[in-house]
Amino acid sequence: MQQTHTASSRAAPEAPPALLSVRDLATHFPVDEGNVVAVDGVSFDLYEGQTLGIVGESGCGKSVTALSIMMALSRPGRIVKGEILYRPRGQDPGPDEVIDLAALKPDGKEMRAIRGAEIGYIFQEPMTAFSPVHTVGNQLIEAIRLHRDVDGKEAKSLAIELLRQVEVPLAEQRLDAYSWELSGGLRQRVMIATVMASNPRVLIADEPTTALDVTTQAQILDLMRSLQQQSGMAIIMITHDLGVIAEMADYVAVMYLGKVVENAPVDDIFHAPKHPYTKALLRSIPKITEAEEELATIAGTVPHAYSRPEGCLFHPRCPEFMAGTCDARTPPPLPVSPGHHVSCFLYGDGG
Amino acid sequence: MLAYIGRRIVIALATMWGISLIVFVIIELPPGDAITTAMSLQAGGESGTSFIMTDEEMNNLRRLYALDRPLLVRYVNWLQRLAVGRWGVSYTYGGYASPTPVWEVVSDKFAMTVAVTGAATVLTWLLFVPIGVYSAVRQYSLGDYAASFIGFMGMAVPDFLIALVMLFLVFRFAGVAVAGLFSPEYIDAAWSLGKLWDLLKHLIIPGIVLGTAGTAGGIRILRANLLDEIRKPYVLTARTRGLPEMRLLLKYPLRVALNPAVSSVGYVLPALIGGSVIVSVVLDLNTLGPVLLEALRGQDTQLAAFIMMLIGGLTVIGTLISDILLAWLDPRIRKGFTG
Repeated sequence: MQQTHTASSRAAPEAPPALLSVRDLATHFPVDEGNVVAVDGVSFDLYEGQTLGIVGESGCGKSVTALSIMMALSRPGRIVKGEILYRPRGQDPGPDEVIDLAALKPDGKEMRAIRGAEIGYIFQEPMTAFSPVHTVGNQLIEAIRLHRDVDGKEAKSLAIELLRQVEVPLAEQRLDAYSWELSGGLRQRVMIATVMASNPRVLIADEPTTALDVTTQAQILDLMRSLQQQSGMAIIMITHDLGVIAEMADYVAVMYLGKVVENAPVDDIFHAPKHPYTKALLRSIPKITEAEEELATIAGTVPHAYSRPEGCLFHPRCPEFMAGTCDARTPPPLPVSPGHHVSCFLYGDGG
Repeated sequence: MLAYIGRRIVIALATMWGISLIVFVIIELPPGDAITTAMSLQAGGESGTSFIMTDEEMNNLRRLYALDRPLLVRYVNWLQRLAVGRWGVSYTYGGYASPTPVWEVVSDKFAMTVAVTGAATVLTWLLFVPIGVYSAVRQYSLGDYAASFIGFMGMAVPDFLIALVMLFLVFRFAGVAVAGLFSPEYIDAAWSLGKLWDLLKHLIIPGIVLGTAGTAGGIRILRANLLDEIRKPYVLTARTRGLPEMRLLLKYPLRVALNPAVSSVGYVLPALIGGSVIVSVVLDLNTLGPVLLEALRGQDTQLAAFIMMLIGGLTVIGTLISDILLAWLDPRIRKGFTG
């Protein structure tokens, strides 16, 4: 049982209350073959104007965590425990004025007043994220009219304005285009425009640049950063790419098999990583300055979804595995420096 | 879009020509011709008349009806007559002395056929769209299982059997015989509101019988397509945009999932005529199906050819309508996207 821990114990003494606090969130997918534990007691905080990076291998529960926050899980996924505490727009900062999104009805009015309106979501694959039989303009205008009280004509001019804001050339013509008529980069820009339509306070970006080539990738990240500076929104950046993390994140949560194994300010992650998994991830980044013959990889593979290891989930692949400890008990999160927690028996008196 | 429609029309015309070839071959396939059929009918007739033609008389008749010309000539002649609207005459209707133009034979039944199959089609769509959507959205619910069970039953049980059972049940519990399209008092009456109402009442059972298989198939197809579409990322995107679930469902996945249903609209037209032969016989419906059956058996070539050309033509027109509808609904088809 993982205990609740917060990142709010980090440095800044007069830090404002978190915009979004995820507490001990667990999301399961009960399927015929067994119960898939996709998210297993995840906690983190998100602050206004900041970027939280969530990093981990494929299948570690990053996207499911994000979709849980949106209360937009596909069947049969459901949140089995935990809280998603959100401080809605227009309320004074304070510990009491929070809504637990996890307790709301997924398709209820209250949740829909937040989903899309206050928390926006950008998908990895802008190709499939647009309906192929509706123009992108139709979908952009739909987003505008869902969240702003405007008529059709105003919505259209707002749409053009939004497209200009995300630097889409020939904005007016693009409204009549179908997603499959646009390039990958343009599609992702239009996607961002549909999300920015409601001027969200939290932007969840699920691998927003993975499907793009490197040049476009950099442009999209620049765009997101400048939008963040203009609006002060908070970003949750989900990625398996530590390069993106280094460029975007203020704070990082490293996930493995549905758990946050280490969370820390971005500098600590890169310069003082503690968890063997974080270290292994960092080792597997190719470096152009070193003429290494072989790229380091993490031993073994991610375990099968139905057979989660006992004890520390990483122990079967861990180079510093301690028999009798790591395979017996679950390591609790342990503070190692301000704002830096690690779940590993190598630290503290657990080992 | 215009170019697309133009291309489709050219293809449709070419297909019609191909159909005319096949139809002509089919009616020429059986040994003998209308004259020998007439002869054998006369010879085996129960009236006992000993009216038997000599070979010469038969050949004279063949010359009279141009049946002695080479195949290709006859084909071209036939095609020419079709093109100018001389669709031929039927000898089984009206006899050799005063054959009835095939158009009259057909048009007489055509309205009834359209009424029967039209009723079935409307009923089919009214039923399968909501049931299919429900089945997909509430997958594995009790209602979904019930719909699937009824769906499979509807597909597996032959129409004519359903027709017989319905006839029996209605007769047993309502005490009325519902065969035919009109009550006896209206059969020869002029059209009136009363007659229309009587027809509508009689259309219910043929509608249900003929609609069952279509509804069952429609439910299965729509359910499967919708389940595929609901899992697509763009649906999730629209959901995270804050779209209410019902509006989301109607605007995005249903629109795409209905594509196959729309493309089957084309088959409704030919089914208007050819799809309900056995049911029409069982339910004693005054439709074209039984006429075609008789025309083929009696080698009433001009009538058979006309009905087959009609079915072929309706298939082609139906498909053309489907294609245009699909292109209008789906920009990927309109713009030739293949990704």
